[in-house]
Formats: sequence, C-alpha cells, structure tokens
Amino acid sequence: MVSLSERSAELEDALGPGSPIVVFDKVSLAFDDKVILKEVSFTLLNGHTKIFLGASGAGKSTILKLILGLLRPDSGVIWVNGERVDGMSELDMMKVRADLGMVFQEGALFDSLTVGENVGYKLYEESDIAADEVRKRVEEVLGFVGLSEHIDKPPSALSGGQRRRVAIARAMSYKPRILLYDEPTTGLDPITANTIDDEIVKLRDLENVSSIVVTHQLRDAFRIATCHAIRDGQSFRIIPADDDKAEEAEFIMLRDGGIAFEGTARELRATTDSYLKAFLS
Amino acid sequence: MCAAALRGTVSRPWYFHDIVEQFEAIGIGSLTVVVLTGFFTGAVLALNTGITLDQFGARDFVGRLISASMIKELGPVLTGLMLAGRVGSGIAAELGSMVVTDQINALRALGTDPIRKLVVPRLLAGFFMTPVLTVIANAVGIVGGWLIAVTQLRVASSLYWSSIIEGLFLEDAYMGLIKPFFLGFIIVTIGCHVGLRASGGTQGVGRATTNAVVAASVGVIAVDFFITRLLITLMY
Repeated sequence: MVSLSERSAELEDALGPGSPIVVFDKVSLAFDDKVILKEVSFTLLNGHTKIFLGASGAGKSTILKLILGLLRPDSGVIWVNGERVDGMSELDMMKVRADLGMVFQEGALFDSLTVGENVGYKLYEESDIAADEVRKRVEEVLGFVGLSEHIDKPPSALSGGQRRRVAIARAMSYKPRILLYDEPTTGLDPITANTIDDEIVKLRDLENVSSIVVTHQLRDAFRIATCHAIRDGQSFRIIPADDDKAEEAEFIMLRDGGIAFEGTARELRATTDSYLKAFLS
Repeated sequence: MCAAALRGTVSRPWYFHDIVEQFEAIGIGSLTVVVLTGFFTGAVLALNTGITLDQFGARDFVGRLISASMIKELGPVLTGLMLAGRVGSGIAAELGSMVVTDQINALRALGTDPIRKLVVPRLLAGFFMTPVLTVIANAVGIVGGWLIAVTQLRVASSLYWSSIIEGLFLEDAYMGLIKPFFLGFIIVTIGCHVGLRASGGTQGVGRATTNAVVAASVGVIAVDFFITRLLITLMY
C-alpha cells in the first residue's frame, strides 16, 4: 500500500528545499559488451530540474529506469529521496516509488482502463482512500492538465498530445516529489509540445516537484529551463525566468557513456565545444 | 515467476476485481469452444466405435467406451488443447503488448507488482476453471455420443445410459478431475511466462503468441502423459 512518508523528522528536514533529492555517484551500466553508462555522477536538488540531452542510445532513458529501480547498475551508488536504491529489493523499492512519478515515452496508459481510471490507478489500487475521494482528485488533476471532459473516455479515443497529458496527470495524481519525463514532447506538434512544457513548468514551480526531463527536443528543453510559472488568481501564467530561477534548471549532455557537459541554459548556449555546438545547431 | 505467483496467492495485496474478471474471461469466455469441442468429440467417438464394436456384436457397449474415453482422457486433453489455443494465446498477446508498450514498467513505477496484478488472477482462474470446463466438456460429449447412439446406431437410450454408469469407476472420475488442475496451471504459466518475456515490438508479440500456443499445446500432451502415469501407479 502507498505510504507517502514513513521517514524520521530528521530525514524530512534533510530533504527540505535545496537539498539533494537524487544522487548518482559513479554509476556504471553495460548490456553485454555495450557500455551504456560509465561512472556517471550528478545531483538533483529538491525543486530543481535536470534536463538530459544526448544522441539516441546515449543512456538517457536508462538513467530514469535506474532511478525508478526498473534496472540495477553494475556499480556505483544511487540515492533517491534519502534512500539508497541501487541494491534495493523490489518490495522495498515499491515504497520509494510512492514518491516518484514517471511519464513514459508513449504515455504507457493502460488500454483496458478509462482515462479517469488510468489517472487514479495508484490511488484506486494501491491506497485505502475512498473511491469518491479518488474521483475528486482525478477530476482535479485532469482539470490541471485541461482534460476534465475526457475522464470517462478510453485512452485510444485521445490524440497523442492528450495521452501524454493524461500520463502527466497519472504521474502527479498521488503528489510525488520527483517526476521523471521520458521524451514527453517527441512526435508532437509545437503547440501541443508547448502545452506539455507548460505542464512540466507548472508542476515544478507551483507544486514544487523536482523534475528530470529526458528529451531530444532542444526547443522544449530551453523552454522548460528558461520559463517560470506563477499563479494569477485561479489561473497561472508562464513568464521568462529570471537569472536565479534559470539557475535551478541544469542541462546534462550524455556522450559515450559519460557526461560531456553539465550546466545551465546560458552556459550551454555559450559553449565552444564542437560536438555540443553541432548538437545545438 | 511460479514461486513469486505462489507467494502472491497467499499474501497481500490481492486484486479481487482482476481475479473475478479472469474467472469470467477464462471460464465463461471459453464455454462455447469447450461445449462444441466436447459435443462433436462425443458424437464422432460414437460413430467410430459403433463400427468397431459391430465387428464383435458389442454395439450396446458404446456408452461404456464413450464415458471411459471422454472422462479419463479426451475430455481433459481436448479441453486443455482448446484452452491452450484460446487462453494461452490471449494471455501471451495481452501481456506481450503490455511489455512492449511499457505498461508493465508503468505498473511497477506505480507501485504495483505485475506478478500479483496480472499473473496471480490468471493462474487462479486457469487452475480452478479448467476442471470445471472439463466436467462440462465430458457431460456434453456423453450427450453427443448418446444422440448418435440413439439416432444412428439404434441403441436404446436406457441401454446407453446404464452402459455409461457401468463403465464408470471412481478411479476414472478422480483421474479425469485431477488432470485438468495441472493442465490449467501449465497453460496459464506458459502464457504468462512467454508474454512477460516478449520483446521486439509488434513482431515480438506475434512471436510470443505463437510460441505460447505451441509450448502450451505440447505441455498439455506431455503433462497429461506424466500425470496419467503417476495416477495409474497411485490408484490402479
């Protein structure tokens, strides 16, 4: 069953704003002879965003699967939300996952369930919360992503962009502290992609959710890194982030199993590295 | 997988809604194919054995032969083969599709153990519904044999039914009831195992489905042999 917090008060304090919430320390992983990650280290701070860039097969999605415990590293240490997860059993990992949300590349919505049942899946199936309360929460998060009217439809009746937004709603329904996005805008038109980017920014800035975004879409990556969501009455507005806010989003470029670049949007734009320049052009 | 599934049957959480759904899908959903298979098997058995028994002037014993054949062997095996085709393939295709579209990973990410959510309900349904379907197939097969015996072979109805009862021993009934539990278990286990190991997109799902049907069908025949051998040693 979902237990959102069974931690001590000391650990809760240590995991406050600005503290490390995901830590990779010299993590390596290979499939047979193919090295995917070679001693990769980085730290995601609470409420901040890491955006992973890199060529196909560079290991971006693998990092998300390692955080979720869907894969185990060959060596190195991974800390998620104050728990060391690199050698954790599947049973213990379930507790860590209570604070993790993942938006899969194609949404990975359950075909046999309606949009509402998909969004409320964890609360319906893995918690003791009453069904009518879950329904209220489902309506609330579907409203957040602007899809309230689709609550009783099957996922197959939605467009690609709507399915991604349902996937975001499903991932945020149980209020996780960390959200992982695997290519959330790939294959979408620019307007729909903007909507998804805005959802990611909203969750980060209005709900204080720490985010890791894996993407190929530079336009979306820079939009997430350089925009800021603020409340405007019942609604919200997306505005350009000031320098301090923009510092909270960092890019990591993966290349040949390692980190080729780590820094802010400003530093990435100013890079003189030929590979990075080619990637950005 | 089997050990994890067995642990899942005796410890929480249980997904009752999925268990009921699978009992309906595997049990009620397979009823038509099992009834048709049972009926025509009983009927053709009566036609063929009638010709053979005629050579010995023993046409009146057709009921005895049908009941023994259906209950001990044909009922369980043919029901098993039908379920291997219908249920084994369905499970492999469904779970395989879930694997290649990341739905299994999504389940794990949402804190659900796929074995408990997907495998345990199917395993329970296969284990308990296969014997029920076998009993139905046996009953319908005997009725099919009766129809042919009365209309084609001109055997008196009362003679047919008394022959059925005379030809039936308690050991035969036990054998016919015990075997389907094992057959149901093997069909669902193979379907789940092959489905959860699917890879390579839609082509991989197609391959998994074919492999599940082939493996489950061979498994049914092989397990039937070994269980029959064991039960003969223990009971006869």
